[in-house]
Amino acid sequence: MRRRPNYLAGLGSLVWLVVVGFPLYVLLISTFRTRASYSSEGPLSFPEHLTLQNYFDDFSNGFGQDFLNTLIVTVSVVAIVLLVVPPLAYAIVRARGRTISTVFRIFLLGLAIPAQAVIVPMFYVISKAGLYDQLIGVILPTAAFCLPVCTLVLTGAMRDITNELYEAMAMDGATPWRVFWQLVVPLSKGGLSSVVVFSALQAWNGFLFPLILTQSESTKVITLGLYNFQTEHGVDVPGLTSAVVLSMLPIFIVYLFARRALVQGLMGVGGK
Amino acid sequence: MSALSLGSASGRRVRAGRRSGVGVTRPGIVWAVPATVFFLLFALLPLVLVAVLSFTSWDGVGAPTFNGLDNWTKLLHDPVMTQSIWLTLVLTVAGVVVQTPVSILLGVWAAGHQRNRAVLSAIFFIPLLLSATAISVVWRAILDPNFGLPSQMQWLFGDGNLMGDQSGAIAVLTFVGMWQWTPMHALLYQGGARAIPQVLYQAASIDGAGKVRQFLHITLPQLRNTMITSVILMLVGGLTTFDTVLILTQGGPGTDTTNSAFYMYQQAFKSFDFGSGSAIALVLVVVATLISLAVVRLSGYDKMRSTSEGL
Repeated sequence: MRRRPNYLAGLGSLVWLVVVGFPLYVLLISTFRTRASYSSEGPLSFPEHLTLQNYFDDFSNGFGQDFLNTLIVTVSVVAIVLLVVPPLAYAIVRARGRTISTVFRIFLLGLAIPAQAVIVPMFYVISKAGLYDQLIGVILPTAAFCLPVCTLVLTGAMRDITNELYEAMAMDGATPWRVFWQLVVPLSKGGLSSVVVFSALQAWNGFLFPLILTQSESTKVITLGLYNFQTEHGVDVPGLTSAVVLSMLPIFIVYLFARRALVQGLMGVGGK
Repeated sequence: MSALSLGSASGRRVRAGRRSGVGVTRPGIVWAVPATVFFLLFALLPLVLVAVLSFTSWDGVGAPTFNGLDNWTKLLHDPVMTQSIWLTLVLTVAGVVVQTPVSILLGVWAAGHQRNRAVLSAIFFIPLLLSATAISVVWRAILDPNFGLPSQMQWLFGDGNLMGDQSGAIAVLTFVGMWQWTPMHALLYQGGARAIPQVLYQAASIDGAGKVRQFLHITLPQLRNTMITSVILMLVGGLTTFDTVLILTQGGPGTDTTNSAFYMYQQAFKSFDFGSGSAIALVLVVVATLISLAVVRLSGYDKMRSTSEGL
C-alpha cells in the first residue's frame, strides 16, 4: 500500500530537530571559541577564529584524572553487574519454587526505589563501612541500583530460549553449570550487551552518589568535575562545554557502534 | 564394555527425563544468592535505614541518637516543607503533561518508515547520551541572562532573567526536563507503536479512516500499556527531580523552586540535619510507591499483562 507523505508529522519532526539541535549546536560550537569570543560575539554566531585551546586547558585543569576515575567506576560497575546478574536471571527463569519468585518480586520492587530517596542512609552505610571518599564507595551503590533493570532485561532475553534446547541438554546429562555456560550465556548475548551498555551508561553519567559520597580531587568523577567547574568558573563557558563534549565522547562512540544494544538496554523497562 | 557403558548411560538419561517431568535439570536457589545479598545490602538496607534514621538526630559524624517524633513535628510546622511538597507536585504534573504528548508523537513518528527517519532519529536521541549534569550545566550556560541567549534575543526573552521569578524558574525546569527525558519516553512509544499489528491499519484504511482517525482510534488505544509504563516512570522521576534543580536554580530564587528532593539534600548535606533529611526521603519513597501502585491498579495494568504479551 502506498503511503501519502504526512506533512504534519514532517513539520513536527522539524520543530523537534530545532529544539534538540539548537543547544547541541551551541554546545559544540562554543568549544572551539575563545572565552573573549563567547562573550563578545554571543553563543550563536559562527566564531571567526577556531581554537582547540579549550580542550587542552581541560586536561591541564585535571580532566584526565576525572576521566580515569570515571573509567574505573564504570568498568567496575559493569564487572559487578556481569558477575551477579546472569546467574540471578538464569535462576529466575529456570528455578522453581516460592523463594525464587519472592526474589524476583524484590527486584521488581527495586525498580521503584529512587536513588535520591536513599542518599542519606547510603551516606551512613558507606561512611560506617569506612568507604567514604573512595571510588569503591561509589561503585557499590551504583552497581546495586543497576540490578533491577538489568535483571528485568536479562530475564526477558533468557525467556526466549526454548524449552526444547534445555531438554536437549538435559538428555546429555548436563549440569546447571554446563547449561548456563553452553546454552544460556551464548543465547542471551543480545540481552547481555544491553545490560553492559545500560550499566556503563548509568555509571558513566552517575552524579548523585559521587556528589554525596566523595569530596577529594583524587576521587572526583567527570560529572562532579562539570558541576564544580560551573560553580567555580561559571563564566568560562568554552572551558565548560569542551569538558562536556569530552565527557560524552566515549558514550558517543558506543552509540555509533552499538546503537541497537543501547536502545534495547534503555527500553528494557517497558519495551518487553 | 563400550556397549555396556553406553547402555547404562542411556538408561540414566531416560530416568532423569522421567523424574523431572519435562526432563530438565534446574538451577538451585544458590544461583540467585550473590545478586540478592548485594542488592539487600546496598539498596534495601538503606531503604529500611531511611525509616530508622527519620526518628533520630544525626549530624553526619558520630552516632545517631533517637529523638522520637521530633523531626516529623518539625517538618509538619515547616512552611518550606509544605511549599516543597506543593512544588514537587507541580513539577511532576507539568512534566507528565508536557512530555507525554511530545513523546507519543515523536515515538509514533520514529516507528514509521519515512525517508530520512534513521538520520533524524539518530539526532533526536542524542540527549539520551548526555548525563543529567551535562544537560543542566549546558542549559544554564545557554540561558545565562548576561552571556547566554537571552542577552541576544530580547524580543523573545524580555529582560532575560528567566529564572528570576518562580513561574519562570518552574517553566525552565519543565522545559529542560522535557529536553532531557522526551527521547527516552519516545523510545518506549516507538517500541509500543512497532508492536501494533499492521492489519489494524490496513483494515482501517479500507474503511476509509484517515491518518488522524487511525492515530486516535488505533494507535493511542494500542499504546495504553506503554503509556502506563511511561507515566509511572515520569511520575517517579518527577517526584525525585534533583540534579536539574541543584544545577539550574539551586532551589531559588529564595526557596521558590525548592522541591522535596532538593530540600532533603539541603537539610542533610548542607544543614547537617540528617534526621529531617531522612524524614523527607521517607515521604518521597512512600508517595512514589503509592502513586505507582495506584496507577497500576486504576488502569488495570496488572490484569492486562497477559493480553499484551499475547499480541
